[in-house]
Amino acid sequence: MMRGTRSVFGWGRVIVLTILALAATVAPLPSFLELFRPDFVALTVLWFCLLSPRLLGLSYGWCAGLALDGFKGVLLGEHALTLTVVAYVASKLRLQIRAFPPLQQSAVILCLLWLHEFLLFWIDGVAGHPVTDWRRWLAVPVGAACWPLLTAFFARFASRR
Amino acid sequence: MSSHDSDPRPLLLGGPALGLRLIVLAAMAAGLMVADHRQHHLAAIRDGVATLAYPIQWAVQAPLQAWSSMRESFATKTKVEAENVKLASDNLVLRLKLLRFESLEQENQRLRAVRQSSARVVQRSLVAEIVRVDLDPLRQRVLINKGTQEGVFRGQAAIDAAGIFGQVTRAGPISAEIILISDPEHAIPVQVNRTGVRSIALGTGRSGLLSLPYLPQNSDVIVGDLLVSSGLGGVYPPGYPVGKVTAVTRDPGQPLLAVEAAPLAGLDRDPEILLVWFDNAVVEPETEAEAKPPATASPATQPGRRPPAPAPTLKPAPQAAQPTTPSAPPATQDTTPAPAPAETAPPPEPEPQQPPPGNAP
Repeated sequence: MMRGTRSVFGWGRVIVLTILALAATVAPLPSFLELFRPDFVALTVLWFCLLSPRLLGLSYGWCAGLALDGFKGVLLGEHALTLTVVAYVASKLRLQIRAFPPLQQSAVILCLLWLHEFLLFWIDGVAGHPVTDWRRWLAVPVGAACWPLLTAFFARFASRR
Repeated sequence: MSSHDSDPRPLLLGGPALGLRLIVLAAMAAGLMVADHRQHHLAAIRDGVATLAYPIQWAVQAPLQAWSSMRESFATKTKVEAENVKLASDNLVLRLKLLRFESLEQENQRLRAVRQSSARVVQRSLVAEIVRVDLDPLRQRVLINKGTQEGVFRGQAAIDAAGIFGQVTRAGPISAEIILISDPEHAIPVQVNRTGVRSIALGTGRSGLLSLPYLPQNSDVIVGDLLVSSGLGGVYPPGYPVGKVTAVTRDPGQPLLAVEAAPLAGLDRDPEILLVWFDNAVVEPETEAEAKPPATASPATQPGRRPPAPAPTLKPAPQAAQPTTPSAPPATQDTTPAPAPAETAPPPEPEPQQPPPGNAP
């Protein structure tokens, strides 16, 4: 069953998971929860990079980022760049990260999500519409805290045949 | 999770291939950003992506919408009846106001024609529904279900029943994005309705708060003042309510006042809004005089004033109305009601707020 990612993971599931993540990014929430919404697309990209970076590595991150740009209506290419960079780091460190215990894994994810948010912050500033509100960083720890739950969900989704 | 791929490539990723891919993809993304930001070449791609995204965005909020419409359809009869009674009485009051409004509008147009100032009144409007998705919690933007197919364009003003709502920042074929007046990147030229003092109201990122940071210490603003759009810049029609002043802080050590206002439009609770079209052109006195058959008011002064007017003095009015062309930075920051005579002298008519003389019911 675990012979190769290609046999485990069809493209259909990849697309469904990506669309789910995109939908979760814009789904309406009560306004006090909005600020704590984790970046589901970044988490999905990270998970795929750790699972099978050959099949779904940088280019997958790039495409998912572009879709997210279209979804949020921000500068085209913004999330594409940041998610590619994050996917690169995750692919590089993939074997170490996968060997970590859950808590440590969450800590690494925290750093990667922070890198992602920082790059977005930077691009926003360069493009001339900075969001300097400190509340933009709230989603980063929430995303890291969600990581164990999300991996459990994804692993279930992946192994269900 | 999968352990080993069965292909002969090395287990450890990395090396030049991965780095090269990173560089290529990052360069592509950066190229996209530059093309999108600087040249706006990517309208087609952007519209395409937005159009592809729209069905998913719509589907995400569909259950919520279905739930609220279901609750509506199960509303009790007494509730509907009470609402009906209220609407009927509202309707009566509004009709009475409208009777007066129409005559006032005619009179206003006549007077404006005499002064060769522009009468920018809303001519056409379109109701658009807000798609209930959260684009970004820190930016005040919403998505609506009308696009260029219905004639929506970039920079179009959006209002609701209580006041100015925002403007269109991106118009796709079937959807459009609106920036609210409370977005930190948004600024709207306003005028204090009581005194005619003009300023700029900036968004703060919070839906209940606008700030007016460019008013000098000696300007006449008090808590409770109504702010209306001044029409400078040409995006918003003049004279529509924007907000109410909620706080004025006079710190003698500061050169400027710190004024806060609360927007009147229901920025975070409107289910639908109005997109408006209005005529930005100046009303010419000749055509206006022809349009009004009797020409009752001031028949003696009109012919005397008209001859020198048409060609030379018609020019300043549109320029004053659009500060972007002549001298943008000073025009936006100035608050003294002097430089644009066409705009300041007639403070926007408060007729929508004034109760009609005989609204006893």
